[in-house]
Amino acid sequence: MRREAPKSIADYTPLFFPGLMLVVFFVVPFSTMIAVSFFKRDPAAFYTPDFVFENYARFLSTFFGGVLGFSLGLAVLVAVCCVAIAFPFTYLLTRSPRAVQTIWLVCLLSVLSLSEVIIGFAWSTLFSRTAGITNLFVWLGLMQEPIALLPGFGAVLTGMVYQALPYTILVLYPALVRLDPTLLEAARTLGASPIRAFFNVVTPALRNTIVATLIMVFVFALGSYLLPQILGRPQHWTLSVLITDQAIYQSNTPFAAAMAVFLVLISLGLVGLTLLIGRREAAA
Amino acid sequence: MSGLALQDVTKQFGDFKAVDNVNLSVPHGKFVCLLGPSGCGKTTLLRMIAGLEEPTEGAIVLDDEDITPVPTHKRNLGMVFQSLALFPHLSVGDNISYALRIRGASREEQKRRAEELLKLVHLPGFADRPVAKLSGGQRQRVAIARALALSPKLFLLDEPMSALDAKLRESMQVELRQLQQRLGITTFVVTHDQREAMTMADLVVVMGEGRIRQAASPIEIYRKPADAFVADFIGSTNLLDISADSSGCSSVLGQVIPDLALPAGTAKASISIRPEDVHLGKPGPDAIPGTVTFVRDLGGTIETFVEAGGTTIIAVATPRERVDVAPGDPVGITLPPEACVVVKA
Repeated sequence: MRREAPKSIADYTPLFFPGLMLVVFFVVPFSTMIAVSFFKRDPAAFYTPDFVFENYARFLSTFFGGVLGFSLGLAVLVAVCCVAIAFPFTYLLTRSPRAVQTIWLVCLLSVLSLSEVIIGFAWSTLFSRTAGITNLFVWLGLMQEPIALLPGFGAVLTGMVYQALPYTILVLYPALVRLDPTLLEAARTLGASPIRAFFNVVTPALRNTIVATLIMVFVFALGSYLLPQILGRPQHWTLSVLITDQAIYQSNTPFAAAMAVFLVLISLGLVGLTLLIGRREAAA
Repeated sequence: MSGLALQDVTKQFGDFKAVDNVNLSVPHGKFVCLLGPSGCGKTTLLRMIAGLEEPTEGAIVLDDEDITPVPTHKRNLGMVFQSLALFPHLSVGDNISYALRIRGASREEQKRRAEELLKLVHLPGFADRPVAKLSGGQRQRVAIARALALSPKLFLLDEPMSALDAKLRESMQVELRQLQQRLGITTFVVTHDQREAMTMADLVVVMGEGRIRQAASPIEIYRKPADAFVADFIGSTNLLDISADSSGCSSVLGQVIPDLALPAGTAKASISIRPEDVHLGKPGPDAIPGTVTFVRDLGGTIETFVEAGGTTIIAVATPRERVDVAPGDPVGITLPPEACVVVKA
């Protein structure tokens, strides 16, 4: 569809409302945070306006670098796990009868109503030694005695994947519903087994959707700060946990702001890189 | 027997019988059109031949081998879908050589075969183009080329022309028929367009409500429809009640038709007579009296609608045989007995 380029100021009026919202809810708070990240901490009175780099300098240590690396790695892993589980699941869901789809989607939406806290404590109970799922395995004869599955990396990963999975499915669902089912059938008539056809045809046809979903879950997982605390050990804490800790418990808002700005920049960089690679591959 | 045989094939979806006890055998090299109104089971039947649906009962036999349990990807067939289902992420050449890639053919062989097939469908040099940049007719040809990549035993097409405009459709029909004759490949086309079926088919299979109503050559289907459904579906026809008196004399609309006998034991039936076989003339003792209600002069043919005995009879004539009548004129209708086909009502 071709449209004429806007000429007068009046032509830009539809942009006014979203522009205002963007300024009020993104530009102003984010600018404040950038400004605060250069302020000087005052142990007695929060912070004093200044222009120092010490917040960023403090951040450039192996400890915080390690936490940043772990946070990014965890977010990537959560995104990959979510898409790897959700993609085939959603695909099969879209191929099932209408009534079945409705039931599943209602269940998924109800999971969304659970807060991070409830999800965290639910999984901590499920992974506990006294009341957890290992008791079930013992009862089934699969294990000798119940063990605690938390705190640990597996527990953190499980909790975060569980939390992000409904979003992943809901994002993938519209694209998969619209996918022409005869594409897969065509591949089968050309000699591809159903599994091969799925990877040859469905996955590449939805490549952009998959990349977009990965980015969404990645960003979503990056912001998680309760689940790592409830289900993990301190070495499993993400940068978001440290930011919360600095901002709320240590009252070091400038340092928290610096970490937050850094995290945003790194995530934006990674997302940009992903899109760039995707575009180059599409062009090739 | 060499060829494809369908033996008592039935497909049930819940309580609904989409395909009901179909028996058909087709020798190799034939062009078969599965023809019928929507919902008659023709697409389901084609999908069962392709292995995309499993028959509830019955067997599909190809060259004396029961292929009913063989999955689609091992059946060695080519199929063109209604949506064409070209892979959007692949170029024209890669779409066509997909089947060869699956078989592990070398890159050079894939390229060579794709170019060969593109020549066959009159699109040489299109291999590197993206699918999205093709016109409707070109996409159609690419879909056909892709389906033929492995020189399959069976070539199946599900309403392949439905996305094309009328003119392009007619020329593609001729082209597809010529291609099929050149390759001698056993072909099944699903269509609801009787002109398409008449253009292309060796064998037209008319389906209605899941059953085969008639399977015969196009001209036989047209000239000798098995029942009122077939007569009505193929071309336009006049269906008239016919009754026989005690002496065995058959009459239509009160007029005795000589030499036309009803099957023994039936007193009532219908006859089907094609509009071009209906003769209009002056009212007389040997003709059915009627009144002209509408005349449609299409240039090449003239259709005259005549009201007679409570029904409307359509007569079609060429300009040379035209009878000059206007709405309101009384006319006499004669039905040549050799053109009347007695059908089950």
